[in-house]
Amino acid sequence: MSAVPTSAGMPVPGPVQETTPTFVGMPKFPYAARSALRNTQQRRNLAHATEVIRAKRAKVVAEVPRWEELRQAGADAKDELLGHLADYLVQAEEALTRGGAVVHWARDAAEANQIVVDLVKAIGTDEVVKVKSMATQEIELNEALEAEGIHAWETDLAELIVQLGHDRPSHILVPAIHRNRSEIREIFRREMGLVGRPAPDDLTDEPRRLAEAARLHLREKFLRAKVAISGANFLVAETGTLVVVESEGNGRMCLTLPETLISVVGIEKVLPTWQDLGTFLQLLPRSSTGERMNPYTSMWSGVHEGDGPQNVHVVLIDNGRTHVLADPVGREALRCIRCSACLNTCPVYERAGGHAYGSVYPGPIGSILNPQLRGTASDVDRSLPFASTLCGACFEACPMRIDIPKLLVHLRAKVVDAKGRNNAEGRAMAAGAWLFADARRLERAQKGSVLAGKVLGNRQPPPLPGAMGMWLGARDIPDLPAQTFRQWWDAREGGRS
Amino acid sequence: MTGKTVALFAACYNDTVWPGTPISTVKVLERLGCRVVFPRKQTCCGQIFTNTGYAAEAIPLVRGFVETFASFDYVVAPSGSCVGAVREQHHQLAERSGDSGLIREVEAVVPRVYDISEFLVDVLGVTDVGAYFPHRVTYHPTCHSLRVAHVGDKPLQLLRGVRGITIVDLPNATECCGFGGTFSVKNPDMSISMASDKARHVRETGAEVLVAGDNMCLMNIGGVLKRQRAGVRIMHLAEILASTEEDPA
Repeated sequence: MSAVPTSAGMPVPGPVQETTPTFVGMPKFPYAARSALRNTQQRRNLAHATEVIRAKRAKVVAEVPRWEELRQAGADAKDELLGHLADYLVQAEEALTRGGAVVHWARDAAEANQIVVDLVKAIGTDEVVKVKSMATQEIELNEALEAEGIHAWETDLAELIVQLGHDRPSHILVPAIHRNRSEIREIFRREMGLVGRPAPDDLTDEPRRLAEAARLHLREKFLRAKVAISGANFLVAETGTLVVVESEGNGRMCLTLPETLISVVGIEKVLPTWQDLGTFLQLLPRSSTGERMNPYTSMWSGVHEGDGPQNVHVVLIDNGRTHVLADPVGREALRCIRCSACLNTCPVYERAGGHAYGSVYPGPIGSILNPQLRGTASDVDRSLPFASTLCGACFEACPMRIDIPKLLVHLRAKVVDAKGRNNAEGRAMAAGAWLFADARRLERAQKGSVLAGKVLGNRQPPPLPGAMGMWLGARDIPDLPAQTFRQWWDAREGGRS
Repeated sequence: MTGKTVALFAACYNDTVWPGTPISTVKVLERLGCRVVFPRKQTCCGQIFTNTGYAAEAIPLVRGFVETFASFDYVVAPSGSCVGAVREQHHQLAERSGDSGLIREVEAVVPRVYDISEFLVDVLGVTDVGAYFPHRVTYHPTCHSLRVAHVGDKPLQLLRGVRGITIVDLPNATECCGFGGTFSVKNPDMSISMASDKARHVRETGAEVLVAGDNMCLMNIGGVLKRQRAGVRIMHLAEILASTEEDPA
């Protein structure tokens, strides 16, 4: 972790990991995880935060007597959508347009960013306020706006912490989960004054005081902004209603105060019917924040004269989603509602943190989403399907019943098929498959293992290089037996006949 | 007694490294009146290939598995993980092969494959198998037993039926031990971190014996415990169930 000196001489944390501003050129997961595992402060912060949120989720999920039926209903609604995506998108566009919204279509991040930049420039402002949105992070909209001289102010408390800390989000729901409150205090003291109202001199690390500093800092931005940019949790096709659920009220401010509202929405966010929303509003808060209901739910269907934004734009983005949809097995990942239950329950995420995944989508869902959305050209994306023990805790927690372990295995096969088998691992696997193809070959190999056991006795093998050496560096191997099961069985059966 | 004929699926690594586990499985089943057969053609369920991304290499093993066990009403394995792989993956692999005959054979065999704990509790209807094991044990419900094979609390029901045993709860029991097959080789740092935490929880219980239904997980946790000279023995559930006053484990 790099440290930046402050006026008070206190070292304050810089970015937690050596990520590039937009995750480009990230190392493969095992290497990124290795440095994350050494970051004791982050591990403590994450272990505490995920434990608290796991317990909250477990409590409110247990209150729902028919949780499994609810999960199935959610999965069914998304499968209905994904099975007829083009139809529902056209229906949503028609409903939005009827309501007075302007719908834009973007094939990829570059197109989406250009649309938003052009809209903001046409209004002639150099700043926008933002509601927390995964879609805009995915397309790196803030960076695109900044390149055109437009400041994008994040207004969600945790996103503000990340932005002020020149950091990257490490969790879908709690992007500053890797920070504790004393780190947050230092970031506020150091950075707030550089971009607006400074934090008070006597700021402490009490959560109430930190929240107050953020409110005062943000308020002047809310009142000044002409344009707000949001994502959407849901877009109801039959009514053209956009829905944002949030906890802090910053979303409500952004969605109602500025004259222009631009919402960037992934095409898989559509829900077929208004009725479906009832299912999802039960599943999402319980799975994400561990609440029965989130504090603020904003819904808007187009423009209402004299009430709220008078210019409403919706940018529907593909950015790899139709590529995911084309895979009949992999498309299940598009059911995701970004709740983060899989992150909070994953023992690998809890130890590695989000940055190691090299994407705004970390954790188990990131491991199946990124290699499908972005392809497997990069080291990190190729390594993500393997960044799991397949323990299944994520599948159990997922409110959309996404079988993440099954998809990981599916993607592993794709990675192997793309990389080819003419390498050490491929040859070892071929040798294993040959051995197991005939029990007589296995029996001959077992003679070698029994012999090795006799040679080693109760000693450990000598140090080995490479991956197996790492394995043996931390663990003893079991004593090898003097006879295999087959030999025992044969001796017993021979004695009987 | 029951007189059922049971085909033992020993699992390749048990056969080679932990023969005591399938031997114990045979002893328990025979004690309960079953006739145990060991089809010699058996090798591996294919999980290591499937989970490493080598689906094509796993398909012949699926074929071998159904051919070996097609004629038996009960196939019993002392491994929740291998049983889970047969249940969850064999059908997917058969579909991938495009061989409709194989799909049908898999569909016929899979429902007859049981983890030892399931076979004892659900099929034979026993939780007291006549075992005696006067030791303090803690139970790790391995991920694949719990969340893939879905054996539930059947192993614990069986342990509670053992005379003389003291069972202590394992903290964070359902968290993975970090093995994950080739995960432990591809992500060695993460794997060791998880295995260390699991070993720490085991030591916190003060148990003399760590018991589980999967020897590969036990090899991982036990490897750390053994390196630490922790004085905690690892045992498969079947080995405790086979232990009696006359023939103690």
